[in-house]
Amino acid sequence: MKSIETINEKQHHKFLTDNTDFEVRSMDTICVNESELKHPFWHNLKYLGAGILFGIFLVKAEVISWFRIQEMFRLQSFHMYGVIGSAVVVGAISIWLIKKFKLKTMYGEQIEFITKKINKGQVYGGLLFGFGWALTGACPGPLYALIGNGATVIIVTLFSAVAGTWVYGYVREHLPH
Amino acid sequence: MSIADWLKQPWPWYVAGPLIGLLVPVLLLIGNKSFGVSSSLRHVCAACFPANISFFKYDWKKELWNLFFVAGIMIGAVLISQFFSNPNPVHLNPKLVEELGQYGINNSSNKLFPPELFNWNTLISLKGVVIMLAGGFLVGFGTRYAGGCTSGHSIMGLSNLQLPSLIATISFMAGGFIAANFLLPLILKL
Repeated sequence: MKSIETINEKQHHKFLTDNTDFEVRSMDTICVNESELKHPFWHNLKYLGAGILFGIFLVKAEVISWFRIQEMFRLQSFHMYGVIGSAVVVGAISIWLIKKFKLKTMYGEQIEFITKKINKGQVYGGLLFGFGWALTGACPGPLYALIGNGATVIIVTLFSAVAGTWVYGYVREHLPH
Repeated sequence: MSIADWLKQPWPWYVAGPLIGLLVPVLLLIGNKSFGVSSSLRHVCAACFPANISFFKYDWKKELWNLFFVAGIMIGAVLISQFFSNPNPVHLNPKLVEELGQYGINNSSNKLFPPELFNWNTLISLKGVVIMLAGGFLVGFGTRYAGGCTSGHSIMGLSNLQLPSLIATISFMAGGFIAANFLLPLILKL
């Protein structure tokens, strides 16, 4: 039993390090702790709550404003840099504390961080996303928030983003990474 | 100022930014989840149109949390727009107001997007197709190609001091600078 677990863990680790996609959890589906951590459906409501908070923050900070994004890319306002910058400072201090005190999740699970690897996608994909961000004035989070905020036509933009993701998956093997 | 008016005020960056940053440890502590949004687009593909593409063949049901998270974003935005929305237009740099005025975009409404540009009628114009459809496509394609978006790379990745996330963030900004300063003016003239 133990040896199987070790093998699984090794495979799992190899899988993670070989993987060039950095959407951690979406690939991280054979976590060794997984069986222990099967929760009933309603446990997901925690994430709904966290999402509601994020939606409130995004709207109140005007991060979802097309105008604010135009200001940011024209260096006409510090606002967006302040939002992202201070979020990173708080996030970094939090992660540092989590690592330093080896904090566990509320279920007592070890908190895992995945080391990302450099690949060309971060540059090519990053530039393409930058174009889309400036045109639509929205990154993925704000797309959802804008729909909630009454910009119903953004539903079309969201579907288009799903289509973009799908096409990426379709042509992925032919792209430089 | 009454409390109701006060609640309708937009928040300065030094209030909103740290609160957004706190979502990073919150998600880690409540279930070992990495802060990120663009993965939800992939889960939608995996759930609805996997089409036998290996990139979409994984157990998306285990990633349901992320879809709950983005549903929450939408609900949070509805709550604010219904009860606590800012009655005034976004306070902008006059230079931007002047530039956008040339293209017939006025920041006169209290909306967080220019209604002249983002409405169902412009969707059938070339301008609307480029901005809303092509723009959305690039957001979906680019974030997945880069392996994350502003949340996953710029906030979560940078917080975890990941060099790839710094490269991605610089690329996001470079793309945005080019598009906003050189492409968008041409598109808005269409």
